[in-house]
Amino acid sequence: MTDLTARLAALRERAPAAVLPAVLDRAGLADHYVIRASLLGPVFIAFSRRGLTLVDLATDPEAAVERYRARRGRAVLPGEPPARFAAALERALVQGKTGRVPLDPAGLSPFQEAVLRKAAEIPPGEVRPYGWVAAEIGRPGAGRAVGNALASNPVPLVVPCHRVVRVDGRLGHYSLGTDHNKRRLLEAEGLDVEAHERLAGAGVRFVGSDTTHIYCHPSCRHARRITPRHRVEFRDARAAARARFRPCRHCRPRAN
Amino acid sequence: MTEDSTRGNTQRLARLAAALADDLDAGFPHLVSALQDGIYSGALRLTGDRTAAEDVTQETFLRAYAALGTYPVAKVQSLKLREWTWTIALNLCRNRARAQRRRPESPWQDPAGASDPAPGPEQTALAAADRERLAHHLSRLTWTTRAAVVLRHVAGLSYAEIAAALGRPPGTVRSDVHRGLQRLRAFLEEEP
Repeated sequence: MTDLTARLAALRERAPAAVLPAVLDRAGLADHYVIRASLLGPVFIAFSRRGLTLVDLATDPEAAVERYRARRGRAVLPGEPPARFAAALERALVQGKTGRVPLDPAGLSPFQEAVLRKAAEIPPGEVRPYGWVAAEIGRPGAGRAVGNALASNPVPLVVPCHRVVRVDGRLGHYSLGTDHNKRRLLEAEGLDVEAHERLAGAGVRFVGSDTTHIYCHPSCRHARRITPRHRVEFRDARAAARARFRPCRHCRPRAN
Repeated sequence: MTEDSTRGNTQRLARLAAALADDLDAGFPHLVSALQDGIYSGALRLTGDRTAAEDVTQETFLRAYAALGTYPVAKVQSLKLREWTWTIALNLCRNRARAQRRRPESPWQDPAGASDPAPGPEQTALAAADRERLAHHLSRLTWTTRAAVVLRHVAGLSYAEIAAALGRPPGTVRSDVHRGLQRLRAFLEEEP
């Protein structure tokens, strides 16, 4: 029989593993995540009460959880998204309609937040140049900064940075996996990527209809309805204006 | 627990108090990690029930979090975290123990080595039986004596910390622990 105090000390044991996550959860200090299938494989989608915080590839969910902890400094637990934006998230993931999912602004500069919100407005199957995003948020000429802001987009897919491309027709970089994923996503959304590249590569930025005298970005849903017989191509907004065309109200072509 | 590791822990907890004062949400998970094993082990021997002990542990930290959010920075900085957290935990344990006593079938036993790091089956069984016996005898002590013994020898608090958590003079706590150990030895000896 060992010493009584040693026997008492042996009554010490570890708290159940569930205690820490349960406490953080109940104190509102843990974020949550779901894992969903996507065109790029399973993705890890994390959110706080304020909104989405991170989208990551989830080939290895445990690694994704660790990366999250390292990057955001918060615990992340499996859980369903808040009712407030569950439907919007579903619509974004399934239909690509991304405009209504709230983002958690923690860790975002006001500029990056504005860029992400603007990018989220671009409909599925359509693309806009980096410079367009810059002009739309009141920072004309900041196309390169927009590129940087999107390169560090914490929530790809849900903020469809894949719909923002270079003005010369090349697709540009993509943050989730490889650059090639950008093409896969756009093709899956119904964009004719080769036609887009050909057109932009030839210097055509806008197309219009000579019946309506409205001009659009080539991937705009209104541009796609123009029949070849009535289709007019423009190298820039000035040329369109000279031909007395007005910009489309849906895709808002801009001079920059 | 040696005196050395106790002193190291105390220093670590002082740094943690500073971190909590600086950024409560960032520091709080570390508070839970640092204290949860002691709180759970102590609560287990004070309530005699694993579910109750887990509830008490969770509830303790949630109350601690809520309270820390209302304290001025200077107060958080100078908090003695272990004794302060144990003040909360002891209240919860006492309420549980009271509720438990009112129910007749209250089981003061350890479901055989539920969370034991298995060293070998027969050794495990022996160790579990020993713990169960000891836990049973602990339950026969009065509340204050049992609390003093459990906090000192299971949770590893210093006499000063126990005195603060129990709101009793350190000398009294020391003699409570001493008397508690004597009684436990007596209980163990009268066993067949």
